[in-house]
Amino acid sequence: MERLKILFGICLVAVVLSDFLIPREHVTFFWEGVPGFSAVYGFMACVLIIVVSKFIGKHWLMKPEDYYD
Amino acid sequence: MINVPVAFIFILGAFLVPLLRGNVRKAYLLLLPLVGFVDLINMPRGTGFVMDFIGLDLILGRVDNLSMVFGYVFVIMAFIGNLYALHVKESGQHVAAMLYVGGSLGVVFAGDYLSLFIFWELMAISSVWLIWYRGTKISLNAGFRYLLVHVFGGVCLLSGILLLFNSTGSILFEQMDVRHLNVASYLILIGFMLNAAVPPLHAWLTDAYPEATVTGIIFLSAFTTKTAIYVLLRAFPGTEALIWIGAIMAVYGVVFAVLENDIRRLLSYHIISQVGYMVSGVGLGTMMAVNGSASHAFTHILYKGLLMMGAGAVIYTTGKSKLTELGGLHKKMPVTLILYMIGGFSISAFPFFSGFVSKSMVIAAAAGEHMAFVWLMLTLASAGTFLHTGLKLPYFTFFGKDSGINAREPPKNMLLAMGIAAFLSIFIGVYPQSLYNILPYSVDFAPYTAGHIVGTLQILLFTALGFFLLLKQVKGTPTITLDADWLYRKGAGWFVWIVNNPLADVGNMVTRVALNFFTALLWFSRNPVAAMKIIVGMEKRDRYPDIPQHLEVVSSNAVFVLIFLSICIIFLLGGGQ
Repeated sequence: MERLKILFGICLVAVVLSDFLIPREHVTFFWEGVPGFSAVYGFMACVLIIVVSKFIGKHWLMKPEDYYD
Repeated sequence: MINVPVAFIFILGAFLVPLLRGNVRKAYLLLLPLVGFVDLINMPRGTGFVMDFIGLDLILGRVDNLSMVFGYVFVIMAFIGNLYALHVKESGQHVAAMLYVGGSLGVVFAGDYLSLFIFWELMAISSVWLIWYRGTKISLNAGFRYLLVHVFGGVCLLSGILLLFNSTGSILFEQMDVRHLNVASYLILIGFMLNAAVPPLHAWLTDAYPEATVTGIIFLSAFTTKTAIYVLLRAFPGTEALIWIGAIMAVYGVVFAVLENDIRRLLSYHIISQVGYMVSGVGLGTMMAVNGSASHAFTHILYKGLLMMGAGAVIYTTGKSKLTELGGLHKKMPVTLILYMIGGFSISAFPFFSGFVSKSMVIAAAAGEHMAFVWLMLTLASAGTFLHTGLKLPYFTFFGKDSGINAREPPKNMLLAMGIAAFLSIFIGVYPQSLYNILPYSVDFAPYTAGHIVGTLQILLFTALGFFLLLKQVKGTPTITLDADWLYRKGAGWFVWIVNNPLADVGNMVTRVALNFFTALLWFSRNPVAAMKIIVGMEKRDRYPDIPQHLEVVSSNAVFVLIFLSICIIFLLGGGQ
């Protein structure tokens, strides 16, 4: 398990580092030119989706399984 | 070689299924899509199979690049679905599935609205049996709700078609003037959007699909929403509102998937999310976007089928469908896990899997139109897709806490069907030109650039990081989630309550007042002179005991019939003049 975590960590670092090296052909939006933007955006998207959905769910949408019976 | 519209191969072929038994039937179920495929590639290009019907031209064979993309993938999916369902004994399920496939192919090759509508309705009434065959009370109710919603959509569509015919005299199914939509085109659009599961007209999907049979949902998840995408691509490309509607759909499905505990309902929410990309592509309407939508529909049918087959395999062998009741199955179902994960990587758009080469086309089309916010929403939904389909569902089903339940690999035919879908998903990912060659417009799009690969990997890997950090938050909870179906599931109960209580009280009051009035009138008419005297107080009431005080006869049916008939006569006489 520890090994897997280290491997995963190396992957994360490697993919961000490689973003500094690759050439940019098409840059439509300014953030596409910022190395590491996708990593930050992916992480934030993930956290945002979980936190916001769970918040809405807890306060409104999630009901016991026999709700419609 | 005799050539017929490919829809008829499946529709007529369906009726032979109940006559066959055992291995003959199995062979027949696999042969039918193959015959369909041969027929499909031999269908003449252009407008064919035109029939005259009460002076209208019914076009059953409009064959061009756009209809062929959907034709190919529908026939391929019919083969995969039949293979997956090969062990199913009830012939009714096979008949329903084949009629459903036939209806979908009928819609895809229809060149006029009348035949489109007939096939459209055939899809609804055949597909509902794939839900009902589950045989539970829940699936029966969900099926009825499914049917009622589709009847509503069908009525919208038909009203639109009739208005269109009334104003233009044409029922040709062509591209609409999307800058000047009128009531007719809006009604048609609503009918189409309902089948594309556009919120808030989407709840039929997530309500009913997870209650379908293990094999039925494979067909359901492939055909209805994707025929809707086809008709939207045909009639409404460039309808700007659809860009935003699609982007909202993509995020909507992802948000609800977080809350979902049932594995097939989670995947159903991701149908809505994925169809959102396609709807967005329809709205963008550029060549790149139309190509993107069509190709995403193609790859989506295969990988979503694969994911549903994987979830179905779990339900088939364990009898359980909730994340809270599953866990630790990887040792017992390793092949299912691997095949499922190929579907998971495909939908998440990992490089060298099919989603990568199709989804990116829609996102690139959004960038091409400089729609920054749409781009951000679609990219956010990509992260959410991997989060649920690629991480949450497999983690809590195959890993996580060992549930200790009995499980084994599903029958060989199911694994084989999954294998074919998995192969195609990887094949398209590695060799995208195979898909690009059959798209509506010639493609000048290179998915495999260094920037695109690295960008995608960053998003996916850091989504995974977020998932593992918030592992406790994302695990399933034994709850259900409210959605738009609440309006009619709870609303119907309230409607009945309002009719039975306040409305019934008002009704009773009106009856009481009317009865008292007639009782008094009758009492009065027995002897008006005496009655007048009593009323004004000149006579005592008991002076004329023969005047009945309370007449039971008033409430008798005979009196009401007489009143009714007199009203009728008055109306008839009045109307006759």
